[in-house]
Amino acid sequence: MKTQKNSAVTEIATLPDNRGFYGKFGGRYVPEILLPALDDLNRAFSAARNDTIFQQEYHSLLQEYVGRETPLTYAGRLTEHYGKARIYLKREDLCHTGAHKINNAIGQVLLARRMGKTRIIAETGAGQHGVATATVCAYFGMSCIIYMGAEDISRQKLNVDRMHLLGAEVRPVTSGAQTLSNAINEAIRDWVSNVEDTFYIIGSAVGPHPYPLMVRDFQSVIGLETIDQSLKQEGRLPDHVLACVGGGSNAIGMFYPMLDHQDVKLYGIEAAGEGVKTPRHAATLTGGHPGILHGSLSYLLQTQQGQIAEAHSVSAGLDYPGVGPEHSFLRDSGRVTYTSVTDDEAIEGVRMLSSKEGVIPALETAHAIAYLNELMPRTGTNEFVVINCSGRGDKDMETISKYI
Amino acid sequence: MTKYGRLKNLFENKGPEQKIMSLFITAGYPDPGSTVELIKELESSGADIIELGMPFSDPLADGPTIQHASKIALDKGIHMDTIFDMMSEIRDQSDIPIVLMGYINPVLQYGLDAFFLKASKTGVDGIILPDVPPGEFPEVEALCAQYDIAPVFLVAPNTSEERMRIIDKSSRGFVYCVSVTGVTGARDRSEVSQSVSKFIDKVRNNVKNNPILIGFGIRTHQDAMAISRDVDGFIVGSALIDYIRSVSDQADWIKKTGDFVRELKYGTS
Repeated sequence: MKTQKNSAVTEIATLPDNRGFYGKFGGRYVPEILLPALDDLNRAFSAARNDTIFQQEYHSLLQEYVGRETPLTYAGRLTEHYGKARIYLKREDLCHTGAHKINNAIGQVLLARRMGKTRIIAETGAGQHGVATATVCAYFGMSCIIYMGAEDISRQKLNVDRMHLLGAEVRPVTSGAQTLSNAINEAIRDWVSNVEDTFYIIGSAVGPHPYPLMVRDFQSVIGLETIDQSLKQEGRLPDHVLACVGGGSNAIGMFYPMLDHQDVKLYGIEAAGEGVKTPRHAATLTGGHPGILHGSLSYLLQTQQGQIAEAHSVSAGLDYPGVGPEHSFLRDSGRVTYTSVTDDEAIEGVRMLSSKEGVIPALETAHAIAYLNELMPRTGTNEFVVINCSGRGDKDMETISKYI
Repeated sequence: MTKYGRLKNLFENKGPEQKIMSLFITAGYPDPGSTVELIKELESSGADIIELGMPFSDPLADGPTIQHASKIALDKGIHMDTIFDMMSEIRDQSDIPIVLMGYINPVLQYGLDAFFLKASKTGVDGIILPDVPPGEFPEVEALCAQYDIAPVFLVAPNTSEERMRIIDKSSRGFVYCVSVTGVTGARDRSEVSQSVSKFIDKVRNNVKNNPILIGFGIRTHQDAMAISRDVDGFIVGSALIDYIRSVSDQADWIKKTGDFVRELKYGTS
């Protein structure tokens, strides 16, 4: 294994290196067939990053189609409830399609068009990334295939119907636990077989280089806006910033622009499912070990023999045995605190935000909300907290109904 | 023995018209107790190399056949030490070149050093890790050299000529030529298309230091002969496992598999 680079804290934001490593994490552990595609993608992405026309098109779509910028909402009754630091919500749930996923889907579809790819594939867990991808494919008139675990299809039926309505083909994946991880396997198999004309839009900050970097770039708009809004509304940067972590796309988008601001404490909240001491959880950074899955080295839930374990979470979007490699790096470097909350606590989080603020959060987002119970007593009344409200909960009503 | 001895001898002693047949099976499929006996049967039926699959829970370069075999083997409790035990047992009885094939994570969790040491001690000749292409994990290549385990890398139809030369330089034993872009699995193939023979020409022009074996999609003797005409031999995996699956509930399935393999190699007489 690579020895971990002893990066000075100020260097954190310059990662990955040119081979796609965040310390020892990341890389490109993929079949030979995919290397030319990753090379092409890396070239196109690097060019697009520095191309003002591309950036203009991306940002105008975010403004006119997605509805950015999203507000930073003061959560008054929630603040009152804890009687400590002021609480704000970064309202990614107000993005078109109902979650932050579309920020990345738009960026990657623009890249696909630039590269002349005509066929789009994607995986989805909760269905938010699938819906976002199907949406932008409809907008641009591109053909779209979404791989989704059969288990997720049954618990996120509303999103499946949305994808169909948007003209996407949803292919059920019946291997393994029939959830997000299996859907990624199947999407990669499709990509290996159709690599010439197909663009694979990965929805989370996972996969081989340059995907984690690309997803971070397209999601960083969340953190950049939050910085501007915090300065406007509070005159300074937040003291505590919370985001849920499955693969980690909303979290890295929120955290990355703040990494160099050492005074901002960052918290990534994973899904503890039925408890991290049980085998039924998805808290990769809390309960996993480094290994290689889906093209990169990162923390993984796995057996001692290196077989990938089945994750479990009430939230389909967090139900993944891996995590983005940059999060693994940020965990080991200590810059971000990773912790976890259980299914039951997350359901409480849904109830709390709904009743106190009139915002029904996605089950994923509810994990970050639930962590307030632990964090808030330690905060001061002169501090303020920002929670990345990554998605809305309409899609989860069927699951939530079972608990209320 | 010289470096990479068994593989080297095999190709050095090969007649000019002879085609090397390499057969892939998943260790522990259809059941762990029969793998050693199966390998002996494959050898006596004409196999020149055995690629012994180390099953992985998430085999993302494999089609449904090998996914299924991997799952069964894992369900039956196969892990790395069982595979090394099989290796030792085979080496007591046979000198057929054996190449382990699988994904990097179980190797990594076993411990890279421990894995290569054990592989070398139990008589493994080479290793194929489809998710570790040359240059992406230098430690693995260094350990191969240190422990005398031939690293076998893959070339695909979309591999550039420059890259083919790098793959040739990094490989020992042989180079694995993937005939189609896709996952593993038997395919209907009536003839070798023009694009495939063009690709094979390109591989031959760039892979000069290693023998070339071609695989992916070969089902029959006719497929094998047609596609390996201009290279050193061929690899069959999914078609063999499909066959085993179709007869594995019969008492004499190992002998039947031997007949299937003889036909693969020599055709029906």
